[in-house]
Amino acid sequence: MSEHPPTPPGSQDVLLEMRDIVKVFPGVVALDHARLTVMKGEVHAIVGQNGAGKSTLMKVLNGAYRKDGGTIVLDGREVDFITPHQAQVGGISTIYQEINLVPFRSVAENIFMGREPRRFGLIDWPRMNREAREILAHFGIQLDVKQPLLNLNVALQQMVAIARAVSFGSKLVIMDEPTSSLDEREVATLFDAIHRLKASGVSVIYISHRLDELHEVGDNITIMRDGQTIEETSLASVSKLEIVARMLGKNIGELRREGTTGFAERKVDIESAPFYRAAHIEAEPVLRDASVELRKGEILGLSGLLGSGRTELARILFGADKPDQGSLTLDGKPSPIASPRDAIREGIGYCSEDRKAEGIIPEMSVRENLTLAALPTLTKNGIIDPNEQQAIVDRFVALLSIKTSDVEQPISQLSGGNQQKVLLARWLCLNPRLLLLDEPTRGIDVGAKAEIHHLIETLADEGMSVLMITSEIEEIVEGSNRVTVLRDGQTVAEFDRAQIGQDAIIAAMAEGSDPMPDTVEV
Amino acid sequence: MSSVTSQLSSRSLSLTDLVRKSSQTERALFALIVLSLYNAFFTTNFLTVATLRVNLTQVATIVIVAVGMTFVIGSGGIDLSVGALMAISGALAPKIFTSQWGPLSNEWIGIPLAIVIPVLVAGAFGYFNGYLITKFSIQPIIATLVLFLGGRGIAKALSDGNLVEFNTPHFSYIGRGRPLGVPVQVILMIVIVIVAVWALRSTTFGRYVLAIGGNERAAELAGVPVTRVKRQIYVLCGLLAGLAGLIVVAINTSSDPYQVGDGMELDAIAAVAVGGTPLTGGHATVAGTVIGAFFIHQVRYTLISHGVPDGTTRMVIAAAILVAVLLQRPKAGWR
Amino acid sequence: MEAGELRQNAVDPSQNAYTRIAGAWLRGQGVLIALILVFLFGVWRYGDKFTSDFNLWTLAKNNTYFALIALGMTFVIMTGGIDLSVGAVVALSAVTAARLSPHGLWIALSAAIAVGLIVGVINGGIISIFKVQPFIVTLALLLGARGAALNLSNNASVSVDYASNYKDLWNTTIGVVPLPVVIVIVAYLLGSVMLNLTRFGRHILAIGGNEEAARLAGLPLNRTLFFVYLLSGGLAGLAGALLAAQGNTGSPIAAVGWELTAIAAVVVGGTLLTGGRGSVWTTLVGVLLLGLIFNELNFERGKGIFDLTQYWEEVIRGLFLLIVIILQSRLTNTARVTRSM
Repeated sequence: MSEHPPTPPGSQDVLLEMRDIVKVFPGVVALDHARLTVMKGEVHAIVGQNGAGKSTLMKVLNGAYRKDGGTIVLDGREVDFITPHQAQVGGISTIYQEINLVPFRSVAENIFMGREPRRFGLIDWPRMNREAREILAHFGIQLDVKQPLLNLNVALQQMVAIARAVSFGSKLVIMDEPTSSLDEREVATLFDAIHRLKASGVSVIYISHRLDELHEVGDNITIMRDGQTIEETSLASVSKLEIVARMLGKNIGELRREGTTGFAERKVDIESAPFYRAAHIEAEPVLRDASVELRKGEILGLSGLLGSGRTELARILFGADKPDQGSLTLDGKPSPIASPRDAIREGIGYCSEDRKAEGIIPEMSVRENLTLAALPTLTKNGIIDPNEQQAIVDRFVALLSIKTSDVEQPISQLSGGNQQKVLLARWLCLNPRLLLLDEPTRGIDVGAKAEIHHLIETLADEGMSVLMITSEIEEIVEGSNRVTVLRDGQTVAEFDRAQIGQDAIIAAMAEGSDPMPDTVEV
Repeated sequence: MSSVTSQLSSRSLSLTDLVRKSSQTERALFALIVLSLYNAFFTTNFLTVATLRVNLTQVATIVIVAVGMTFVIGSGGIDLSVGALMAISGALAPKIFTSQWGPLSNEWIGIPLAIVIPVLVAGAFGYFNGYLITKFSIQPIIATLVLFLGGRGIAKALSDGNLVEFNTPHFSYIGRGRPLGVPVQVILMIVIVIVAVWALRSTTFGRYVLAIGGNERAAELAGVPVTRVKRQIYVLCGLLAGLAGLIVVAINTSSDPYQVGDGMELDAIAAVAVGGTPLTGGHATVAGTVIGAFFIHQVRYTLISHGVPDGTTRMVIAAAILVAVLLQRPKAGWR
Repeated sequence: MEAGELRQNAVDPSQNAYTRIAGAWLRGQGVLIALILVFLFGVWRYGDKFTSDFNLWTLAKNNTYFALIALGMTFVIMTGGIDLSVGAVVALSAVTAARLSPHGLWIALSAAIAVGLIVGVINGGIISIFKVQPFIVTLALLLGARGAALNLSNNASVSVDYASNYKDLWNTTIGVVPLPVVIVIVAYLLGSVMLNLTRFGRHILAIGGNEEAARLAGLPLNRTLFFVYLLSGGLAGLAGALLAAQGNTGSPIAAVGWELTAIAAVVVGGTLLTGGRGSVWTTLVGVLLLGLIFNELNFERGKGIFDLTQYWEEVIRGLFLLIVIILQSRLTNTARVTRSM
């Protein structure tokens, strides 16, 4: 890994240099002396796992966050923007994943919002519309700029956002996952726009998990992990496989150290017939052809890069979302699951990857969070049996060694690991037959991680099935009986116990190549 | 209150510290006590059984409606329609027990029905609120705006805009009866408060209400029947508003569609907010609401008994409510 | 392209009848067509009595105060807020105008508008600086303004001084057009120019349409919100001045529930209650439509065929509000889906 950025051809060609950027949130170091160098007129890719710090770095850059340390030099001058708007005026525009425009307002208005051209104090509509048309024409787009933005598809809305950035005279445009909800033709339009930006000397920071795209549009790449810049290099010199390996902190061909996780090696192949299968699931905008099947007593690792559709597939299995196409089969019959409630009734539990938004009820106590899903079983005529409730809480607090001074403490005061244990207990006390775990160890310290690994394993040994989604390759390799790999919303590979290996999985995640000729037909 | 007293004994203590560190409920209780002490010394006849009884009688309707509002706000919603529902229920009741139609003319049938039907009708309107909110994903403030604005029209239409006077002692009992010297509505209030405290704490429904208010998405994923519970919450709020409407007309022995429940939505929301239930939901305290209702009522009583004009009284209460809401607002810059 | 087409279809009004009606209504055509149809119905059914100058001018004049508060409400609702205090402000300023009428029209009129502006300053100040929900602030001010009106009037109606020229406000005509109608037309012209041709107006719509985007674009959020409530208060003050001139009296209990009239007219006119979309002129059409319907109900009552008391008016307005809210929910939900993608 190179310690220094690729030598710039001449320092006057450097547009942006971020050095030793530090950002600390309560309890977390989000950026640990991170670094970024962007040349004039280049498309610079940034990749990294969830929590690697890419978004935080971009927010520090565009003024959404204040940095705690380090320097930012833009065009030879040190800058420190306080608001995104100030950054925009200063030449840095951000195209958000969720398009941040006003849907009911016209295309032209969205481009000029806040800087509407005026004549005699009144808005000069003809000029505004004309200039909007000209800016869009620069990108080869012709459309009625008077129509409301919501009439446009997402790709065109993005074009409007880019046009807005250009109208500010931006020197640098940040694009955060710009293709996550675009189809192929729309992506082509976007790339065309990026090439035009480049041609006119504007630099682009491009954040994406679609590695094919990076090679198509990008010049250089910065790889981040754990809040640090791991590598800065030219895209031509790294393969997709190497990028993924660096993101995950692995070297290809490196000997796998055993016992890095709390999993004892899963030696057994589970032979039982699958009881829950999802076949050829399609769901806008991510899933295209995803299939998965679950057997009793196994841990199935569901692998794939961010945005590959792992979470979306788990939510469909849990009834939280509905598929557009495809079939779900439970116990040999069409699945009756239409809502999370139905899934719970069928003995399925789901721990979301986003504990804060979809897991904990922050103001409620540990006791209540733990028993929330079990309340119907703890009540008689709607009245909660406090003794039974307490018994369950005591049992699981002891069983999972949840560290809390008092079970009446609000859950938001617990550490991430203990919150996660409470959420696991929320399902375990229902004695489920299938647990869907989405990033069960994210943001959790090492000790708690190992405990959760061990717990998952014990549960599987006792006959429960676990679908485990994780970005940590060791967890997949050491913890799974089988592995299914998703890439761009499609199931691209399946591995039996014997075939599970780090390199093969990384290869499938990166390139979708299936080392096994016999992809399982579901 | 315990933390207030403990802080009072600590040495370096500034008033601002005290205000900042105490909970909203503690502050409300403190203000209520101060106000009561003031009245005890400076308001004639405050410490008499008769005055106490009058005050309790008047505060009962606010408490009853505010208890329903506590559940609504605890779930992250709001119900602006309670005052209008009181008027509807109050207009409906005399229609039933003064009816000369067949069985209704019999007091033993007419009066029970005149109590049950209006309350149920108000509950049905509550269901209508909940239906709009859950079926069409309309924000509660907008959905309940329909009845807040149009509901009183229904009451006026029912009574042709007239004040309806009646002399039906058996009906008036729910507002004027005093078994063992305690007004009936005070007994009702106590029972409702006790049941509400218990329901919020010890029933699935109560926990679901707060789970929805605390994090609706998480609650849904944990199997909470969000739609059903939300509708139940608005039905409950409607039923209690209906009951309060009956009490008001029973006290007055008349039903005025313009007056019954006028401004009650503000009193109830204020009682909830003053008492320490955050308007953002997720946490609720029925006891705090009771304190809040007593506080609002006591402010009004104090002003009126000192001869402050009605208009000024309203202005002071409006200001008090704004102050309470401002105090309750999440700390600035804490996002 | 399938994905894009799907999303486009999600808001394409041709998708089904329900959204088509909602879409057309919200484009402002529906309400205008409804107005014309209701008018033609009146001509056909009630004939000359309906089309008489007297009836039509009275109709127009008696809706001027509604038109003014609805105009202010339009801007408030466009930001995604609500102003529940307007009815009470009308009463307060009517009392103010009546009390000061001995000092002549200009002083009384200015004072009436001023008290409206003061309430607007309080509303707008608390809402924009302290970020308290508009409904609770304006609900408290409903109480407070009504209290102030009671104080100022000593709990009784205040007569306008007969010797003063205050009545001119109501009785003057410019050509054939009564002064109040002229005031309303001028107010709507100015309102329309402001909305369509000034940054302030466009920012109102941007804030209601996507507050986060407006913030990122550096729009003056607080200032815009403040002036919107100020404007609503001022227009309600003007409406109160007209009311006092019409009835020769300022009553502290007048204008109860007028916020409903205003809100109903605004949403019937097609302005989204969730903010971000709407127009000034369709609000005026909404006011006229509701006014016309109640005018015709009066004629119908005169014919004695069916007898809906005036108290049903509120219920009917409420029903209008309900129907439009349901129609709007469909449209805003689709817009939300589009935005979140």
